[in-house]
Amino acid sequence: MTAELLVEKRAGEQSIVLEKRAVLLAPSTVAGPKESRGPLAGSFDRCYDDLVLKEKSFERAECHMLEEVCYLAIGKAGLVPNQIDYYLGGDLLNQIISASFCARKLAIPFFGLYGACSTLAESLCLAGMMIEGGFARNILVAVSSHNCSAERQYRYPTEYGFQRPGYAQWTITGAGAAVIGVSGDGPRLESLTPGKVVDADIKDPYDMGSAMAPAAADTIYTHLNDLQRDPSYYDLIITGDLGGVGKKLNEAILERNGVRIAANYTDCGLLIYYPQQQVDAGASGCACSALGFFGYYYPLMLKKEIRRILLVATGALHSPTTFLQGESIPAIAHAVSLEI
Amino acid sequence: MSAEKFKEGKGVLIDQNWFQSWHKLKQPRPPLVKNILVAFFAGGIVCLLGQFILNIYISLGVPVEQAGNPTVATVIFLAALLTGFGVFDNIARLAGAGLAVPVTGFANSVTSMAIEFRREGLVLGTGSKMFALAGSIIVFGVVTAFVVGLISALI
Repeated sequence: MTAELLVEKRAGEQSIVLEKRAVLLAPSTVAGPKESRGPLAGSFDRCYDDLVLKEKSFERAECHMLEEVCYLAIGKAGLVPNQIDYYLGGDLLNQIISASFCARKLAIPFFGLYGACSTLAESLCLAGMMIEGGFARNILVAVSSHNCSAERQYRYPTEYGFQRPGYAQWTITGAGAAVIGVSGDGPRLESLTPGKVVDADIKDPYDMGSAMAPAAADTIYTHLNDLQRDPSYYDLIITGDLGGVGKKLNEAILERNGVRIAANYTDCGLLIYYPQQQVDAGASGCACSALGFFGYYYPLMLKKEIRRILLVATGALHSPTTFLQGESIPAIAHAVSLEI
Repeated sequence: MSAEKFKEGKGVLIDQNWFQSWHKLKQPRPPLVKNILVAFFAGGIVCLLGQFILNIYISLGVPVEQAGNPTVATVIFLAALLTGFGVFDNIARLAGAGLAVPVTGFANSVTSMAIEFRREGLVLGTGSKMFALAGSIIVFGVVTAFVVGLISALI
């Protein structure tokens, strides 16, 4: 086999075009109390009205949500756990414990991924490649985040009182899962652009929108460039959780590079809550892109109101240790193009 | 890619000067005047409450020069209680420095850590993490008191 043949599915610098059918099926979402009072309340499969879910810790509660949403997705796809070939996923906590503990219960071969809030797109990218390579028939992708477990790991204890800056974002309590299969009704994964790690020298851990926007801009720009597409090729370009500040910055960076996306561009971080819910710049967390895309845009795709979507989930790859030591925040964004 | 290379990377090109000035200009800034006013009045209310409690202790027969201690303890107790009920963080979000600077902020930082780490056990959780936030207040408080004491002894 020549080298030419090996790389025939690659496009441009870093993109991949999928030729086989990798279909996104059975998207499922569960959401916590604050999200259940937001504008998307009606589109979640299950809403919880307390934060601990009768478990003994926030970490257990997050794992509980993740298990729940995995079983929901597998059930919706008409499968049982041992028909799933691989489980890809992650979360925000140290050692991605929610995903690993959930995998312990599911007993499916598991790849734990960490891409902070970009984990959903990272999982989708790898699932697409696995299906394309013929290594699997059904892959479960699942992500979760919990406001309190993330808050206590990254910032302050949950009951600690302080003033949040206006550009801070609110970590979502929720989880999302879907099955990537080879057949069925649903949007297919059409092309992927795994992103590079980009560091724009932002040091404030509350300012994640500004830290992640350059990564999102870089991935969107590279994706469009690699596949020789105009932003208008997509009915909608969705970023994961840039929030109000990051969304504007992303638009501005792309505009300076000659790409105008404002007309068909939206951010999941601005979808989940009402402005009066006091979340400042918007939502964030692994579950943000999952709740926004699976909950709101997937049904629109099934109705064929939207046919082409570019999902770009972004993640800030810092830790509480690195920011205390004065390091800047590196960020990453992965893009997945879906078509129906 | 490091911040340096980012300027000349293969993907998008970002002019760092433009980026910094955009960031400075468009970043939402804290409403300084509002925050100061709210903190002033919130802090004032806490002090008023303290005075009220102090007067009660005095009327109960505690000598005036000793009534301060039970007053501080009572305010700490109230702040800890509000923290336990999950109300303090909501008030402090609005009041800012008005609640953080008085002893209420100290009480909140200790209690919130104690609650947060209770699930890791009484000894290695609550016991060892309780003063993780408040520890620096104690350390620098003692150091400052020592330095000020030293100066006043020398003068």
